[in-house]
This record gives sequence, structure tokens and C-alpha cells, in this order.
Amino acid sequence: MTEIFELGIAGIRSGIADGDFTAKEVAETFIARVSAAKPLNAFLVETPEHALAAAEATDKAKAAGETLGKMAGVPIGMKDLFCTQGVPTTAASLILEGFVPQYESTVSANLFKAGAGMLGKLNMDQFAMGSSNETSAFGNVISPWRRNDGGNSDLTPGGSSGGSATVVSGRIAPAATGTDTGGSIRQPAAFVGITGFKPTYGRCSRWGTIAFASSLDQAGPMARDVRDCAIMLEAMAGFDAKDSTSLNLPVPDWEAALNSNLAGKKIGIPKEYRVENMPAAIDALWQQGIEMLKDAGATIVDVSLPHTKYALPAYYIIAPAEASSNLSRYDGVRYGLRDLPDGAGLQDMYAATREAGFGPEVKRRIMIGTYVLSAGYYDAYYTQAQKVRTLISQDFDKAWNSCDLLLTPTAPSAAFGLGEKNDDPLAMYLNDVFTVPSSLAGLPAMSVPAGLDGKGLPLGLQIIGKALDEQGVFNAGLAIEERAGFVAKPEQWW
Amino acid sequence: MVEMTESTYRIQGGTGEWEVVIGLEVHAQITSESKLFSGASTEFGAEPNTQVSLVDAAMPGMLPTLNAECVRQAVRTGLAINAQINKYSRFDRKNYFYADLPQGYQISQLYHPIVGEGVIQISLDEKDPDAHGKAIGVERIHIEQDAGKLMHDQHPTMSYVDLNRCGVALMEIVSKPDMTSPKEAAAYVRKLRSILRYVGSCDGNMEQGSMRADVNVSVRKPGGELGTRTETKNVNSMRFIQAVIEYEAQRQVDLIEDGGTVVQETRLFDPDRNETRSMRSKEDAHDYRYFPDPDLLPLELEDDFIFDCKASLPELPDEKRARYKNVLGLSAYNAAVLTAEHETALWFEQLLDISDEPEKIASSAANWVTSELFGALNRLGVGIENSPVTPAQAAELLGLVADGTISGKIAKQVFEIMLETGDGAKKIVEEQGLVQESDTGAIEAVIAEVMAANADKVAQYRDGKDKLFGFFVGQTMKAMQGKANPQVVNELLKKSLG
Repeated sequence: MTEIFELGIAGIRSGIADGDFTAKEVAETFIARVSAAKPLNAFLVETPEHALAAAEATDKAKAAGETLGKMAGVPIGMKDLFCTQGVPTTAASLILEGFVPQYESTVSANLFKAGAGMLGKLNMDQFAMGSSNETSAFGNVISPWRRNDGGNSDLTPGGSSGGSATVVSGRIAPAATGTDTGGSIRQPAAFVGITGFKPTYGRCSRWGTIAFASSLDQAGPMARDVRDCAIMLEAMAGFDAKDSTSLNLPVPDWEAALNSNLAGKKIGIPKEYRVENMPAAIDALWQQGIEMLKDAGATIVDVSLPHTKYALPAYYIIAPAEASSNLSRYDGVRYGLRDLPDGAGLQDMYAATREAGFGPEVKRRIMIGTYVLSAGYYDAYYTQAQKVRTLISQDFDKAWNSCDLLLTPTAPSAAFGLGEKNDDPLAMYLNDVFTVPSSLAGLPAMSVPAGLDGKGLPLGLQIIGKALDEQGVFNAGLAIEERAGFVAKPEQWW
Repeated sequence: MVEMTESTYRIQGGTGEWEVVIGLEVHAQITSESKLFSGASTEFGAEPNTQVSLVDAAMPGMLPTLNAECVRQAVRTGLAINAQINKYSRFDRKNYFYADLPQGYQISQLYHPIVGEGVIQISLDEKDPDAHGKAIGVERIHIEQDAGKLMHDQHPTMSYVDLNRCGVALMEIVSKPDMTSPKEAAAYVRKLRSILRYVGSCDGNMEQGSMRADVNVSVRKPGGELGTRTETKNVNSMRFIQAVIEYEAQRQVDLIEDGGTVVQETRLFDPDRNETRSMRSKEDAHDYRYFPDPDLLPLELEDDFIFDCKASLPELPDEKRARYKNVLGLSAYNAAVLTAEHETALWFEQLLDISDEPEKIASSAANWVTSELFGALNRLGVGIENSPVTPAQAAELLGLVADGTISGKIAKQVFEIMLETGDGAKKIVEEQGLVQESDTGAIEAVIAEVMAANADKVAQYRDGKDKLFGFFVGQTMKAMQGKANPQVVNELLKKSLG
């Protein structure tokens, strides 16, 4: 029999249903995996008691013959951006060290209601700002993957949902929550060879999720495969009156409607995504993806998204602008860190607290955001960026006239070594080049693992769909998954 | 219908006369059970920090959700001043750091306010409002969050913060710079307050901070270019608003005439010293970095919603005043006084409701309310909403006068007893035997006695000393303990004295 820790959500579900193992055994298995994975620095807080309690509830419900929830008996990792009642939540920042929410985020509450347990809170880039996990105030997460060149250097799991990526790919958790503002689910998923799904903006409530950039932030699942993502997203999503931007729509039964036959579907290939200096392996993989989708019955069409090159600059104006305002609440007055030097007045306390509490990347973005919103610069930056955002959305709208879905690479490279891009924020920002446009347009998009590069590192392909067409994205992802036969996994070296 | 009048308010400077230009930004707390973006209570006077939701305290991950009742009240207010209602409006963040502002930004409406231009008719003469009216333009009304309150007297070195008020809904009602004297400014605030209270969108309670004004003042030579303005923040009484204008106008004139220039700045009013002083200049002004709040969708109003808001408005003070004058036939003064406060008008109308023909009793009822009732309430120091005499009781009293049961003089006496005992007028009149005597026989008998006892005066009267008529009236009334119908007494006396 397959080891329990090799199982994903669907596997655990059927194993419990068939009586192969109990939910408690599942929880204990993963709790042991979590304990053994400390060198990867993926968890900021471990909550074995939470996972066990949920498992026991599942076993009890099963014994009583009750219908089990979608996530019954599945112990998951929770990105530390989700506020969890009674469990420390820091967004991997010193400014929130010691903060224990008195409330449960809607997404985590939905998952728990569906029967999921929580193994712990996952490390991440501080306030979800970063693409390598190196902006965490509590040390970076290390990817379970290593290059096959014998170098053994530590690699990034990507970011900002790097802890989530590491635990899912390292078989430390069957699934984990992520959040995606400009690619923070998809890029790490691609870097570690797992599936990550960012739904349409508004599918998942943002209530109780620590805000980075409100108009872009979306929660989504990170899991072993497409089916697991569909199951988990069904549990996470849903209308929430407490979030004014939440979509008041029923959650479709995505898993039940999974279908990898793409006959009649048109897949667009945006020419602007062929960027300079893209590694040959990624170009080749993209071509293979095209063939796989053709094989599934789809027609391939060339499309143009002419404003793509302005997406990244627009994103790095809009996201920091919103962040500069969203992070103003961390002021040392009510919770979290307070640095009150002797004789300090209010302004001194603000300065000292925020100086000590925020990491350099967070400060950089607060300063950029403050600058672009300032009198005299607002129109030149913020207003322009919003116009670009509209044009990007229109690009997609036009593309939908000739296709149903888009296929692109997820990231312009495979995982890089920790420390390799630290000195060059712009090079780091380029990681998001393929994921940012769909974030700006609020569209559903997924990364599926599709192959390995020359050094044995995973590469992902991205599928972008129309607003609300998660099903189309899932189906195309499934078609790739079935054909790519991606079974590679990291050797356990930790 | 309303003529504009030239302001005559002038500052006399060394270089001649100066004119004052005034604009007001009134912050009015919207009457609603809960806050603008959270479910916390808005009740005044609770223990510090007992009415604070997770949203108000800006806990991580918390999101605002708009309170529809606050939107409704703002739209109703806009409709009440005949303003344009913007079917599309949006919320913006006004970013600044302060300990009473947990989010680090105030949610307000800069670029797209919910209410556009409107107008408020003010009157400078209570006695004849129509003859001395003026139209003051309203630039816009937007809705925004209030901040919390810092308390500096709780600890020797620390300040405390009370977030109860934080997030409470305000309307900011921005006037055009259409006022030119302290009196006009006061009349504007008084009228605005009256409208808000009629609409029920704000209780207008200035002592509790439900209404306060930022006062913009500049001076210029009459008819000249507008001068640089100063803004004095958070002025919370009608008297202080006038004081600020007087002080600021004089200060600016003195400054300019001494060769200085007025700087655009924010000032604070010190009521103890009756002066304003600089809070921060334009150079130190915050850059608020306004931008659309991404947590909230644009607010789009349906025609039906606006129609329902309109239908829910009561008759407003201007319409009511016109009706009292033109339909009920009240004097301009009575119509103005009775409609200034909604409660007074409601009380008066309940009084009229007793009659099938309200027009017939309206004038006498209005006179009675503005003289007798107001006098009594003044003496007791209570508002009309707490009047010890109900409209129904008053109607009973006035009914006794109208049907001749008691005289107006006795009515005053009865009213005093009603105030003291709470008894009904009929009961008092019956128990104390105050029914007016109109029986000619009884009165003639008394007149005969009075004439007999004063034969000398009768002779004098008949010799042409007309002034003695009042003496006979007084003697007759006295003999009848005031209960005689004075009209009948007059007629019979004339006849008897020949």
C-alpha cells in the first residue's frame, strides 16, 4: 500500500471512506512529518492538537454514519497570512510577533467546517511581499528540491507562499492554503512541482486574511494535483457578506465536472509571453504543453495581449500603493510590536516601531506606495497604472473573442538558489512577469507541473481562464496533468 | 420668492471697509444604530472602548462593509436640500497617522461624493423670514468615518484612546463661500440643523459633538478678489462659530493692513481666550494620499431607492412655513417660530388635529403656543417634547375658550393649574367653579348694584367723563370674581350707563 504521506486530499478521502486508515492515523502521520521537517523552516507555529482534534471529529462522524465534509480528515498547512483564532498569526513579520487573533478568517473557517485540520502556520514572504521566501522575518523556507548537479545548494521554494509549496511538495502536508497577489500561489507551485490555483477575484473571502494589496489578493489551494485543488477550492470559496468584494455566487461543483476532453475548446497562445532570455527548457515545455492540449482535443490559436509589457510596472505601482495604506494599521498602538524609546512621543513611537517591525522589502514597498500616491505624483503613477490595468483587462476580453483559455509558462525560470537574487529587487520582481497580468485582471489561473529542466528542477505551465470559468482552467490543467505524467518528487534529504 | 440681500456686515479698517467671506464644512453625525462600516453601537456616553468592533480597531484582515441606513440618511438629507443625488459615488482613503485613527486612514469620499450641489434658504429676520432671506449654496455632501478620542488626563506620561466614536458615520456638508456675516453663518447652521432634525438624519446635538463645523474665513475689499482663507477646525457651538468669524476677520484685516499676508492654514479656536491660533500651515499640511478604497465597491444607487428616500421625507420647514402662512393664515412670525423646530410643529399640528376645521382655530392656537406655552416651557426649562401639558390637554383648554365657557383670562389661570397638577382643563373649571357667566340677568343685577354703589361716578360718566367706563367694567368683573363674559359685560354696561 502507498504510504499515507504520499496521499493527497482525494486519496485520504477514499482511504478513510474505505476504512483503510482512520483520520487520526492520517493526522499522526503528517504530524510526524512536520516534526521531522524542521530543517526546511516551513512552519512558524505547529498545531498538532488542532489536526488531531479535527481528525478525531472526522472519525467520530464516520462512526456515527454522518456525511463527511469535503476536507474531512485532511490535515493542511495554513499560510500565516490567514488569521487563526487562538493561534499566533504574524504574516512572517516582527511587527505582528505575539499577535494572537480572536477571530478565524473566513477561508480557514470554511476549511475547518469542511472537516480539515491544521498542522500549523506556514512561513512565507513577509506580508506576502516577495518571490523567494527570503523576506520572512523568521528565516527563509528551504525548498525540498535540489539540483541534480551535486551542488546541494539550498533552493528557494518560491514565494510568497513558499512554506505552502515546500510542505506540499515535501509530502509534509497533503495540501496547504496559499494567497496570490501577483503570482504568490502559482510561482511557488511551479518551483516545487505541485498544483496551485488562484481563483477569480472575489471567489474566496478576504475577511480575516492579512491584507497586502486588497484589489489583487486572492486565496487559493496548493495541492498535489488538479483534483485536490478542485476539492479544496470548493471548500475555501463562497460568498461572504463581511467582504464587500466577495462574489455573491454559488460555488460550482468543480470536482464533479472535471473533464479533460477539450474537444471544441480553443486555447490561445499569447505571443507577448515569449520574453527575451527565456530558458530553452521553458520554451520547450510550453511547446509540449501546446501538443498536450491539442492531443486532448483543443484547437490552438495565436493571440495577442499587447499591453502585457506594462503589466509588471503597473502592478508594482498599484500593489505597493494599496500596501502602503493597508499596512498603516501596524503602528504599535493596539497590538503587535511597540517600540517606545525613552521620552518618545507618538511620532517617535510610530517611527521606532515600524523601523524595527518591518523588513527591508516591506519598507521598500511602503515607500514606493507612499510615493506614487503623493500629491504631484498620483496622476503620473497611480492614475496611469490604473489605466494600464484597464487596458490589460481589455486585452484579455479581446482574446476571449478568439479563445477560451490561455496557456503560458508560469515563471520565466526554474527555482533559483537562495541568496542569488537578493541584491536585485528588480530581478526578483521579474519572477511575476507571467502571473501578474491575470492578477490585474482578476482572472482564474493555475500552475500545473509539466516537466523538469536540465538540472532536474520542476517547471510549471500556467492556464488562464475567463472570469468565473474555474472549470475550464481545471479541465485544461487536468488534460496537461494526465499527459505530462509528472511523478518527480524531491528526495528526502532533511 | 426669496430676494438676495446685500450684506451690510463690514470690518472697518484703516484703509476703509472690508467684506468677510465665509464657507462652512459642517460635520453631522448620521443617526443610525450602528457605525458606517461595522456593526458596533453608536450610542453616546458609553464606557470607553465598549463599542468597538474588530473593524473599528483595525485588527489585521478586517474589512469594512457599508451600512445601508447611513447611505439612506445621506440621500434623504440631499433630497431635503434639493441637491443632486449622485447615483455613482465611491469611497476613498484619506491616509494619515494618528492614535485615534486605527486604520491609518479615514474612509471618506473625495472624488465622487454621494450628494452634489444643493441649496439652503436662510433668514436673517425671524419676524419676517421671506423679506430677509438668502440662498446659501451647498457644494456637496459626502459620508465618512469619525475618528476616536484621545484622553490626555488619565496618566502622567501616557495618552489613552477611546475608540467608541471611531467609525461612526458622519455627513460632511460643504457650503459654498456664500455667507458674508457671522449672523448669516449662524442662520445657516440653525437652518441646516433644523432640516437635519426634520429629516431625522442627525440629532443636531452640538454639545455631544453630533454637529460641528470647520469655519473658512477670508476678507476682501467689497466686491474685490477673494482673499486667502483660513480654516478653523471643529467649532462646536453657534456662538463659537460667530466668535471665530469675528476674530478671524478682524485678525486678517489687521494683518493685511499692517503689511502682512494671510497664510492658508488650519487654525484652532480657544473658547477660553476667545481667539483662534495656528495649528499647522499649508507647508506642514498632511499629504493625505487619497485613493479609492479597494475594500469597497463603488456605491451605485437605483432610481427606486432614491424614490423611496424622497417619499419618506416629512414636510420640510420651508414648505411647512408657507403652508402655515398661506393655508392656516398664521402671521409670518408665528409660522416661522412654529416651524423652526420639528417637534414644535408636530406638537402644534397635534393640537390642530383635535378640530374638524383647523383653519378656524389655527391663529388663536398659534398665539397660545407661542405665548402661553413657550412662556411656561421657558420658565420650567424644558423642551416642547417634554411639555407637561399634552396637545390634547391644550386642545381641551382652548376649546373651553372658543365655546365661551371660560374667558381668556381665566384660561391663563386654568393653564397654570394644569401645569401644577396635571389635571384636565374641564375638571379644573368645574371643580373651581370657573365657568364664565354669560347670563345677562345675573350680570345686569350686578351692574345695577355697582351703579347704585357709585352713583357719583355714574353722574360723572354721564357728564362726559368716558374714561370711567373701564372703572365700571373692572368693578363688575371683580364683583363676579372674573367669571363674567367680558363682551356681555361691555354691552350691558353701555346700555345701562346710556
